Amino acid sequence: MRFMMLMIPQGYEKAAPGAMPDAETVAAMMKYNETLQQAGVLLALDGLHPPSMGARVTFLGGKPKVTDGPFSEAKEVLGGYWMIQVKSKEEAVEWASRCPAPEGSVIEVRQVQEFADFPADVQEAAAKFPELQAQSGQRKDS
Amino acid sequence: MAVTATEAHRAIDAVWRIESARLIAGLARIVRDIGLAEDLAQDALVAALEQWPGSGIPKKPGAWLMATAKHRAIDRLRRRKLLERKHEELGREVEAEREMAVPDFDAAIDDPIGDDLLRLVFTACHPVLSSEARVALTLRLLGGLTTGEIARAFLVPEPTIAQRIVRAKRTLAEARVPFEVPRGAELAARLSSVLEVIYLVFNEGYSATAGDDWMRPALCEDALRLGRILAELAPQEPEVHGLVALMEIQASRAGARVGPSGEPILLLEQNRARWDGILIHRGLAALARAEELGGAAGPYALQAAIAACHARARTAEETNWRRIAALYAALARIAPSPVMELNRAVALAMAEGPAVGLELVDALTAEPSLAGYHLLPTVRGDLLAKLGRLNEARAEFERAAELTRNARERDLLLDRAAACARGETPR
Repeated sequence: MRFMMLMIPQGYEKAAPGAMPDAETVAAMMKYNETLQQAGVLLALDGLHPPSMGARVTFLGGKPKVTDGPFSEAKEVLGGYWMIQVKSKEEAVEWASRCPAPEGSVIEVRQVQEFADFPADVQEAAAKFPELQAQSGQRKDS
Repeated sequence: MAVTATEAHRAIDAVWRIESARLIAGLARIVRDIGLAEDLAQDALVAALEQWPGSGIPKKPGAWLMATAKHRAIDRLRRRKLLERKHEELGREVEAEREMAVPDFDAAIDDPIGDDLLRLVFTACHPVLSSEARVALTLRLLGGLTTGEIARAFLVPEPTIAQRIVRAKRTLAEARVPFEVPRGAELAARLSSVLEVIYLVFNEGYSATAGDDWMRPALCEDALRLGRILAELAPQEPEVHGLVALMEIQASRAGARVGPSGEPILLLEQNRARWDGILIHRGLAALARAEELGGAAGPYALQAAIAACHARARTAEETNWRRIAALYAALARIAPSPVMELNRAVALAMAEGPAVGLELVDALTAEPSLAGYHLLPTVRGDLLAKLGRLNEARAEFERAAELTRNARERDLLLDRAAACARGETPR
């Protein structure tokens, strides 16, 4: 099963555009990333620029409304994520616990939805797609 | 919040999954016996199960387990020494021995752990063991699986696996297999034994040879994890990256190759939107690494290159069949086999038409090693159906259904035979 470890650094909602963690934090994090890689569990990872460089698109009254960052009302914002493949939620939590995260950080551990997790009706709706694809082109040599 | 015993045990399982291979590898280096190393690691696990639910998981669980196992090892040594000394009536020297034993352990533990893991990989996959024993031992010692988990994965009774593991450890001890990474000329042969074990595990998960399920995804994930670990331990070996590439790309299709009721969906019929982009990306990157290291012509890299041809095609019609046929021809040159020839025939049939493919396949029907191989009549049936020779096709599908040991595949083949009988071209 796959999990996202979502990193929520303290105070990142107020970080200035272009703000970066210091070299020491980065070095510790690189070592952690390497450990995940060596254990064969790391699938992907990325760090995110602060919200002051981003935007929010809000959907209200059927119309998207764009707000540029920073967002005054935001309390916890993402700083990055890891996607890992492990055997259990407990294993994901154990990996998250080993992160050399700065004081006050939060890592939210969330399981990635797999197709098989969807209820039968959703799976069925999606399963019609391959049939359409097959009819549209792939039958030409049969 | 109070932690229940079950929660604590699950958390300990998780720590075990993460730490056990390194723990056993480190211990094996000290005691030079992987059977004893595993016993010591198990002792440490038992101690953790007793103590952690009360005390909480220690800050550095790996170090805790190692220290505990180390103490057990010293206890055992001490007991053995005591016995020896008693026999020799030299009881007074025991203290000195005991003092000396400790620093040796610490020195050994400080050595780089990666080397130990690699030694463990090569020992568990030693050619002195049967491939079944290698698979069981590797999953147990490196994958951190319990005997029960291995037994369920391979659909055999638990005592069978337990015995297989016990015997494997005994064989290694009796053969005095050194706990080391092979060097020079031996390395290539030994590495291919390791890769074979990992790919065996993957394939058992990817296309189960027996049983009711077409796939057992947990085994694929175990094999991928082992492959990724090996790629980190031996980054300069192109075939390791070739194997990882092959497994990543094949695994990327896992979600698309099983229908809603568990029935297999063949490659060209799969909904490519459901192929896993992350795994494809990782697979192509691993293949590029294998090629950069000069390993493009290795057997796993070639198979990965074939898988990559499919992964790169947005639709089935965009598949570069000529390149696939050429890659199979290259594979057949380094590892000639009727199965490769059969695959090449399929690719050629796609590139140049079913008649060309059928000619090649017909030449293979006399091949004794393919006599019981269900994919030969499957392919032949396919090509005959495409040529409109439905009666002959039906007979081939029925024959293939008799030969396969996988229930899901049998159903699919019988469906195709029935379609031929109705005068329809089967899917």
